[in-house]
Amino acid sequence: MPKGILVLEDGAVFEGQTFGAAARATGEVVFNTAMTGYQEMLTDPSYAGQILVPTYPLQGNYGVNPQDGESRRIQVRGFVAREECLRPSHWQSTGTLGGFLASQGIPGLAGVDTRALTRRLRTRGVMMGTLTSDESAEAALARLRALPAYGSADYVREVSISEPYRWPAPPGNSARRIALLDCGVKHNIMRILSGLGCVVTVVPAATPAAEVLSLEPEGIVLSPGPGDPALLGYAVATVRELAQRKPTFGICLGHQLLGLAFGGRTFKLPFGHRGGNHPVRDLATGRVHITAQNHGYAVDAESLAGTGLEVSQVNLNDGTVEGLRHRDLPLMSIQYHSEASPGPLDNVYLFQQFLDMVRNSDV
Amino acid sequence: MIEHKRASASKPSKVLIIGSGPIIIGQAAEFDYAGTQACKAMREEGVTSVLVNSNPATIMTDAHIADIVYIEPLTVESVARVIERERPQGLLPTLGGQTGLNLAVELADAGVLDRYGVRLLGTPLATIRMAEDRELFRQMLADIGEPCPPSATVTTVAEARRVAERIGLPLIVRPSYTLGGTGSGVVHTAGELEQVVAVGLAASPIHQALIEKYLYHWKEIEYEVMRDGADNCITVCNMENLDPMGIHTGDSIVVAPSQTLSDKEYQMLRTASLKIIRALGIEGGCNIQLALAPHPEIAQGAPAAPGPTPYYVIEVNPRVSRSSALASKATGYPIARVAAKIAVGKRLDEIPNAVTGRTTAAFEPALDYCVVKIPRWPFDKFAFGDRGLGTQMKATGEVMAIDRSFEAALQKAVRSLEMGSRSLLWEPPGLPGNGAPASAYPLGPHDLRLWTLMAALRRGVPLADIGRASGIDPWFLQKLQSIVEMEKALLSLPLSPDLLRAAKRMGFSDEQIGVLGDRLPEQVRESRRQWRILPIYKMVDTCAAEFDAATPYFYSTYEQENEALPLPGAKALVIGSGPIRIGQGIEFDYCSVHSAWALQEAGYKSIMANSNPETVSTDFDTSDRLYFEPLDEESVRDILDNEGGLGEAGQAPSAAPGSIVQFGGQTAINLAAPLARAGLPILGSSAEAIDLAEDRGRFEELVGRLGIPQPPGGAVRSVEEALQVAQLIGYPVLVRPSYVLGGRAMEICYNATELIRYMTLAADLGRGHPILVDKFLQGKEVEVDAVCDGADVLIPGIMEHIERAGVHSGDSLAVYPGLRLSDKEVDTIIDYTTRIGLALKVRGLLNAQFVITSDDKGGPPRSWDELTFGKGGTNSVVYVLEVNPRASRTVPFISKVTGVPLMKVATKVMLGQSLQAQGYRSGLWERQRLVAVKAPVFSMSKLTGVDTFLGPEMKSTGEVMGVDYTFAPALTKALIAAGLMLPPQGSVLLSIADRDKPEAMPLLRQLHSLGYTLYATEGTAAMIQSLGLPVTLITKKLGEGHPNVVDVINDGIVQGVINTLTEGGAPLRDGFAIRRAAAEKRIPCITSLDTAWVIVHSLASRDPAAYSILPLPAYLEGAPPQP
Repeated sequence: MPKGILVLEDGAVFEGQTFGAAARATGEVVFNTAMTGYQEMLTDPSYAGQILVPTYPLQGNYGVNPQDGESRRIQVRGFVAREECLRPSHWQSTGTLGGFLASQGIPGLAGVDTRALTRRLRTRGVMMGTLTSDESAEAALARLRALPAYGSADYVREVSISEPYRWPAPPGNSARRIALLDCGVKHNIMRILSGLGCVVTVVPAATPAAEVLSLEPEGIVLSPGPGDPALLGYAVATVRELAQRKPTFGICLGHQLLGLAFGGRTFKLPFGHRGGNHPVRDLATGRVHITAQNHGYAVDAESLAGTGLEVSQVNLNDGTVEGLRHRDLPLMSIQYHSEASPGPLDNVYLFQQFLDMVRNSDV
Repeated sequence: MIEHKRASASKPSKVLIIGSGPIIIGQAAEFDYAGTQACKAMREEGVTSVLVNSNPATIMTDAHIADIVYIEPLTVESVARVIERERPQGLLPTLGGQTGLNLAVELADAGVLDRYGVRLLGTPLATIRMAEDRELFRQMLADIGEPCPPSATVTTVAEARRVAERIGLPLIVRPSYTLGGTGSGVVHTAGELEQVVAVGLAASPIHQALIEKYLYHWKEIEYEVMRDGADNCITVCNMENLDPMGIHTGDSIVVAPSQTLSDKEYQMLRTASLKIIRALGIEGGCNIQLALAPHPEIAQGAPAAPGPTPYYVIEVNPRVSRSSALASKATGYPIARVAAKIAVGKRLDEIPNAVTGRTTAAFEPALDYCVVKIPRWPFDKFAFGDRGLGTQMKATGEVMAIDRSFEAALQKAVRSLEMGSRSLLWEPPGLPGNGAPASAYPLGPHDLRLWTLMAALRRGVPLADIGRASGIDPWFLQKLQSIVEMEKALLSLPLSPDLLRAAKRMGFSDEQIGVLGDRLPEQVRESRRQWRILPIYKMVDTCAAEFDAATPYFYSTYEQENEALPLPGAKALVIGSGPIRIGQGIEFDYCSVHSAWALQEAGYKSIMANSNPETVSTDFDTSDRLYFEPLDEESVRDILDNEGGLGEAGQAPSAAPGSIVQFGGQTAINLAAPLARAGLPILGSSAEAIDLAEDRGRFEELVGRLGIPQPPGGAVRSVEEALQVAQLIGYPVLVRPSYVLGGRAMEICYNATELIRYMTLAADLGRGHPILVDKFLQGKEVEVDAVCDGADVLIPGIMEHIERAGVHSGDSLAVYPGLRLSDKEVDTIIDYTTRIGLALKVRGLLNAQFVITSDDKGGPPRSWDELTFGKGGTNSVVYVLEVNPRASRTVPFISKVTGVPLMKVATKVMLGQSLQAQGYRSGLWERQRLVAVKAPVFSMSKLTGVDTFLGPEMKSTGEVMGVDYTFAPALTKALIAAGLMLPPQGSVLLSIADRDKPEAMPLLRQLHSLGYTLYATEGTAAMIQSLGLPVTLITKKLGEGHPNVVDVINDGIVQGVINTLTEGGAPLRDGFAIRRAAAEKRIPCITSLDTAWVIVHSLASRDPAAYSILPLPAYLEGAPPQP
């Protein structure tokens, strides 16, 4: 396999062999510590603009299949692994990881000391990087430095939809009407809501609040999504209005938008939280939940004073905000991914909790 | 379902911990690791720990680990007395394996826990019963909606037949409440069903077995789960067995994390596991075994389960286990320690993660490497045993290897097995040539399957065919195929830096590369050095580098960044003992751990290298730095180079640290010469001194020069030489290969025919080393451990074996301080040991074995009165049998009973501190007032086809200690703890060789007068009749008459067997059936009259009132309590 390199913003060079598409790619280089779920991660829109580095060395073992995608395409800019499995084995598999990347024009780099790369990102923070195989490291670095930084782009517009659509409704007729603001949603959120008896209308992130309310939803779900929430003034305005009017559930980026909508601030974490093993404490119950996470920004707890928002959950490792509720309004939000996929299913109960909130708001 | 209330929240101030007893197949060093962690956890929590264990070779029974240590039998009687004396508030039953769990249930059933108000911690009693009782377990699963395979519980063979008609063959039979899957098996025919059910019911203490649908070729997956009292649950890791369902997980090659599961499957099984631990109400750790369909078609008729792929829940261990030890070492998450803290009331988020030092135990470890475990089976010793694998575990130990690819982890694990130089290139004999189909290969489960798979792939057998025949997932076979492809590249292409690097990244050793590329290993090493293809070391840190690590451990790989920069300051490497095998057991791990501690005490940084995941030595906080690596020349030299700074490009290499090779059994001592050749320093006795002791010719010459008698004999390299030597010295002769441990392949030959047979069979055992042929001397066998600093030799104590010479020392009952040694004999032993130690220039430990011949030929005493100290034989001659310049398996025992910390003293001697400077002097250490008996423990019931008679080849897997103020109660406790004691009344089957008959007569009278009914085979019965005693004749001719010898054992008519061996030939086979039947029926089978004598005589003192139950220091310090 041809040799390729990953060049980081700070000049570090990691060597490997190219796989997937023969292309260059540039993005913020982030690592994820989950040991399974590469197909779900690759198709998670929250990775838009990023080059994904799974810390687990063996990738592609069970191939790819038509069921496990979380959106309609691969969302990462590039994929860097210690080892790519050329001969996967799984009864559902219809292709290899490399073939999947190639089919959508996404480059991969295998054979990389991903642990060294992870340690670099952990100690120096996430940074931009570029994957290349047809230029010198110096040239790649110069090119990289001329490109805009990750934090300057609105990736939500890139990954959101252009027209609203309805997720296939569940059988039966006692369905709840839910409107979901798609900032880069993962399909499993709709699958779960649908499984719980909801009719979900998915609307573009830039949909004005009035238009959403015209759907007469009984509850609002704010989806996860990529990038810096501070760049999403249009969505923040929508959320501000929706959350005042309807029971609202914010997930990940949706949670950050809620924080901003009520006057809080967000900040960038040094290297983010990405993995399937993050412990979160529910402050009301004291219970610790293992969560799937994928975020580079977080809500600043101190900025919430006087906003009516309260911290409901915190990360056990670094104390950052993992959940919010409102003193008066029926809203809840989590920084992590209750929809899992990939990751632990421990927090799927939150969707039911949200629907209970919706039901209680009926009366 | 269990209603689980939060166990009373108050933290106990004193907790009883039950250890797992002797090492047996199914319960090895992992429970010393677990118990040690639990004791440390109690100390951290401010809880007083009281520990009971019968196994002296354990770290957990060290004075500074538990607060109060009892080395006493693990029986209800004994532990009840501990409880009565100590009044603990809680009992932690989950750290002593199945032994601990079963004993806790028995204590509860006997009302002991209620009587003294002892609370069961961690796992509720109802849960223990539920996990063990298949019906209750199935009901629980049904209640929470988790699928389990169709099955039924039976108590008779007839019932089993009816169930088989209902759910169809193949079926798996699992007896209730047994250890390590004892008595279980897969059956494909009605005949097999009846046979296995009958054995299984006998093995079950409640005479019950589960028969269930056999999930042929399903994947076997395990999850390690933790839960605290606040209902927080996490999974520590999951593991996938390379071998599909049907092989005991302890006998399976296991990978962590799972490799072939999609995230959907991973999470589905994880969720099921969390549901189960919640339903069980466990506060602590739990192991859950599941079967996952490799594709849905295989699961026709399976109940609908959530998720895409059908699965079943197979089994739960509501305690820490071998798997949890493996998971702990594979992830860095200390399951036993956390479980113990939870049991005394801590929540997961209140327990710090000791590896990161910043996060807590409430998280799930993320691995950024692949872990492979391979079992270590004893078939190198028991070549004629049944090598097939099934649901009954047969491995004595295991190895673990870590790397960044599966191929490399697998190949390192193979190297770690220490099966000579058997890499994956080795091929089992008798495989077909090229062109043969998959069906021509033995691809079913057996200990050599991995090598068979490689051979089949190498010969071009289609991978799909191999997959169908073996049931192994194609992913694993593809990885083996990659290894085969690399072998071919190494064979055909010139060795370039790129090729060499690629091969190293796949785990090829220098030796393998050398074989394939026609080079010496040293030349490959030199090429690596020139091309800078050096291993780097990465951390096991629980978090895939997401957090900084405080106390990580390391594994080698070939990548960019080295995280193990040389430790600064004075340091030394302790080379561990690798996997547990017969002859090299937990004792050596015990010694390695103590050596690491002694180094620290002396101001050195201790570095540990080992490959065994079960042990305390591979606990990350035992040493300053741990390398989880194979213990072969290449890996150990790489570690030393790395610590010497050779790994750092551009950095001048500093001196490599010294290596301690005396504590890791033969594994470590065998590395002395190669390390010395490479110019690497050895601490303590030099490689030259070691060679002098181990090289038969040189040693003989030295001993001769010292004027010390030794049995005449010689080292030979051919049948002709052997016959010559035997002719000269006279038969019987003792024969064995040099440079082996545990008396491997050691035999007594009584004539030339036997000698020729041995020499023919043993030709390949020597591996270039000669075969030793010695005169076999009958007499008392005596053993000492000693420390020598070059000027003085300290002998902490003398042990005398109960059995006469001819039984391997590891299989003998040994008594401290000797039993029947005259002052003159003792003085001679001291003199010889001292002079040999000084002449060998030993710096550190030595073990010496002697045989004492005298006019009375040793043999059983005629009465207890003879067993008084200071009475030796007349005209005795002391011969030195062998001297080993290293720790022996008796070092932990002798340290504990004499109070001399041998490992510490020896380590400091190696660092240059003299004995005198440490406050010791030459000679025998003051005799303690206690008497201690070490008794061997066997795992014979699990090794079908293995003969159980005791001889020069070691067969025991573990040991227990009985200690008291006098001999009789110490012996009684040792026998009880070892399971060698006869029931108070009943029947005994006797089959005694002609030459032993005269000696046996008083024994038979004694048995009769104690009220036992005697059954005997033809010749023995005649003798008993001639004594005028009643006897029932039982034929040993299996085809003739009923009941025969095997029937009386199987039908439970006799409760013990005494069967001595007629020398050589056919009668051995007669006795074989008797001995196997006894092993499988789990009744004592005694093959030495000496053992029989002490057992029969100790029956008189089996009254519990006759023995003490006291903490170990009480025996060492105080005088016996006055009656």
